Amino acid sequence: MSKRQPPGGQAPVVQRVRIRYAKRGPLRFTSHRDFARAIERAIHRANVPIAYSQGFTPHPKISFCSAAPTGVASEAEYLELGLREAVEPEQLRTALDSALSPGLDILEAVVSSTPGSLADRITAARWRVEVPGVTLSSLSSAVDAFMAQEEVLVERLTKQGRRNVDARGAVVNMAPYGSEGAPCAILDLVVRQVTPSVRPDDVLSGLSVVAGLESSAPGGFLSCRATRLVQGTLTPQGEIVDPLELDRATPAVNG
Amino acid sequence: MRGESLFPQLEQLLPQVSKPIQYVGGELGVTVKPWDSVPVHWALMYPDAYEVGLPNQGVQILYEVLNERADALAERTYAVWPDLEKLMRTYQVPQFTVDSHRSVGHFDLFGVSFSTELGYTNLLNALDLAFIPLLSKDRTDEHPIVIAGGHAAFNPEPIADFIDAAVLGDGEEAVLEITDIVAAWKAEGSPGGRDELLLRLAKTESVYVPRFYDVDYLPDGRIQRVIPNRADVPFRVHKRTTMDLDAWPYPKKPLVPLAETVHERFAVEIFRGCTRGCRFCQAGMITRPVRERSISTVGQMVKEGLEFSGFHEVGLLSLSSADHSEIGDMCKGLADQYAGTNVSLSLPSTRVDAFNIDLAQELSRNGRRSGLTFAPEGGSERIRRVINKMVSEEDLIRTVVTAYTNGWRQVKLYFMCGLPTETDEDVLQIARLAQEVIKNGRAATGSRDVRCTVSIGGFVPKPHTPFQWAPMEHPEVIDNRLKQLKQAINSDRSLGKSIGMRYHDGEPSLIEGLLARGDRRVGAVIREVWEQGGRFDGWSEHFSYQRWIDACAAVGIDVWWYTTRERKQEEVLPWDHLDSGLDKDWLWQDWQDALTEFEQDDCRWTPCFDCGVCPSMDTSIQIGPTGHKLLPLTPVNGLRVTT
Repeated sequence: MSKRQPPGGQAPVVQRVRIRYAKRGPLRFTSHRDFARAIERAIHRANVPIAYSQGFTPHPKISFCSAAPTGVASEAEYLELGLREAVEPEQLRTALDSALSPGLDILEAVVSSTPGSLADRITAARWRVEVPGVTLSSLSSAVDAFMAQEEVLVERLTKQGRRNVDARGAVVNMAPYGSEGAPCAILDLVVRQVTPSVRPDDVLSGLSVVAGLESSAPGGFLSCRATRLVQGTLTPQGEIVDPLELDRATPAVNG
Repeated sequence: MRGESLFPQLEQLLPQVSKPIQYVGGELGVTVKPWDSVPVHWALMYPDAYEVGLPNQGVQILYEVLNERADALAERTYAVWPDLEKLMRTYQVPQFTVDSHRSVGHFDLFGVSFSTELGYTNLLNALDLAFIPLLSKDRTDEHPIVIAGGHAAFNPEPIADFIDAAVLGDGEEAVLEITDIVAAWKAEGSPGGRDELLLRLAKTESVYVPRFYDVDYLPDGRIQRVIPNRADVPFRVHKRTTMDLDAWPYPKKPLVPLAETVHERFAVEIFRGCTRGCRFCQAGMITRPVRERSISTVGQMVKEGLEFSGFHEVGLLSLSSADHSEIGDMCKGLADQYAGTNVSLSLPSTRVDAFNIDLAQELSRNGRRSGLTFAPEGGSERIRRVINKMVSEEDLIRTVVTAYTNGWRQVKLYFMCGLPTETDEDVLQIARLAQEVIKNGRAATGSRDVRCTVSIGGFVPKPHTPFQWAPMEHPEVIDNRLKQLKQAINSDRSLGKSIGMRYHDGEPSLIEGLLARGDRRVGAVIREVWEQGGRFDGWSEHFSYQRWIDACAAVGIDVWWYTTRERKQEEVLPWDHLDSGLDKDWLWQDWQDALTEFEQDDCRWTPCFDCGVCPSMDTSIQIGPTGHKLLPLTPVNGLRVTT
């Protein structure tokens, strides 16, 4: 019996399309794995000419640049598709968006025309975090105490067990706002992309470590609503540059 | 307010539970309708976790046919895991549907589909979480009518106190008829309340309403009789049979989950019913006669289902798929159509013959080779005659070796343990068979790289089968046989290395046996188990044998009387008033034939042997070949925008 050879002849990639998508409302509870399956099916439904890897079990050429944590909404997640036929990016956006459940929304598609990986352009994110069951004044003083520290160690439960993470180092900026007496106060948060990544709930844990901030809501800080508003390249001035801007500015060769 | 969304409350809890996406809905294929836009509201439940319940075909079909009606809406609910249950109890969030997060207690009808009896504790838990009284007699006009369906509903007596009604057989037309009755009753201003509605349902003669029947017992505990307690309900309730499956091509819009589920594929039922006559198989007995879906309808369903869902796998399902009269053309045609598309096709392969391998060859042309499973079910020729599984040892070995020589390296063989008349020797034959398979496989391929996995399930005698009278084996005997089998497999180390063995121990089967053939008195055990924390009894990590045994003792039920006791011909069985179409005398004769190891043919290819179903249900076998071909696929060019 001869060894089975993998079937060859998968068509090559002729176009790369970079996509920004959102995870909204109830569907913010999709995990990254759930989203990965959903996008793969949406590609089939929308008849996207996706390219496949070679081998016994060819995989569609999808690379994810970011993965918002389960339960966290996002307006700025990114992925890249490798296509075996060139398409018009706006048509691709419409088709793909129509093939996904409302709440998983494709916001923009741009033909990749510049070298370098998309993931390398994502160095920071801006978040909006609704913190339930705290007053604006208690949140403000906790934020001041937190920002005054160099390092704030918080405990995080991972599959490997408990581990300590510095919640402070990655925080570039943090500003509370809202109105006194509202059921929740809001945090505007800019966090640098580090490994392991610092998530909004880590920062909230940090606030309670540093200043004893507590939430009176059921589930406490666990029921906070966080939304990633922007991701991109952090400039020395503290601004975040849209990672698709370069591709948008440069005309595509084969697009 | 009735029908309002519970999502704002639920949303607070979801960050605290594992896999929250399973409670959120938002699947492709969902239908959401305004509550007040329709008179009839159905909540449909598969009483297991979302990951198991979502792919269930029965629920998906009923969901779709009900939502196609302008005067009804249907939403789905599943069993919640203990982490969420705890929070729901703390914060008073009721059992909810995943579609619009409405309270299950607000619906007019609460339909629960039971594939297995081990879902009964999850029914009680869902009722309790929904704030619906556990007992039918305690419910008022404010509460839903609780209806059981699915295969276990062919003996709903153990849950008779907890349900208001049960539907036997195919659900498509039954739910539509029930909807008509409820709509008419509501339009009249709900005359007579709940009791009148249940009476109208009972008068159809295909909806069983347990409260309208009394059970009398003999001094020795056996049933004396089951009789209606009012004049206007039928003595026997009959099963429903949907004929002409081409007229019911569901699911058209399969539900595509965001969460990971046990089956990630588009499933098409290529026929319903089976007349192979395996005596242990309840499905094969209660779904007669065979009704095929034609090759052209199957082709159309596959095309539309894949386009709609974006799935990359298609399962051609039935109780014995290789028996479809057009299966050869169907497999070849579909393999041709989807060649080079990364769509994979699969067939639950259980028939032990070379034809099955030809079909599997066709389906794996795309390079993806799923495993091959054969189900000889019994280890010795003798026991296979008892269960009417007509496979010779020679055929089995030849078939598996053919699979190996065609490039499969791994084959799974499925058997049962605890069958009627079974001895240790019958089970030990499984080891010998597996060793022969490997020996011959190595010789034929010249390679040592061939494996087989022996998978063993526990036999549970089920109502409406020839084995409904049979005694169950004691779990200790089963476990001892499995232990001996394991030793026998490993007695030859060289061959044993290539043989895997998977099995379940005997205890869960015994409890399934208690529930399958139980009567109304067994309901107290189910309630006691649930009160003691019993949930998810189909999951080995949640099932507790001791909890069931303790509950039996607490309520005074002799588990052995219900399980290991052999029934006599004259005994009134708890389900005798429920008509599956099978003639009880024929079933008894088939039981006697089993004991004398006499085999019964399949009526698709040999003359009718009078099992009774077709004349009593006014049905007949519907098989092809139709002479039709698969319609060619028109290639789709360009991006597709779903509307």
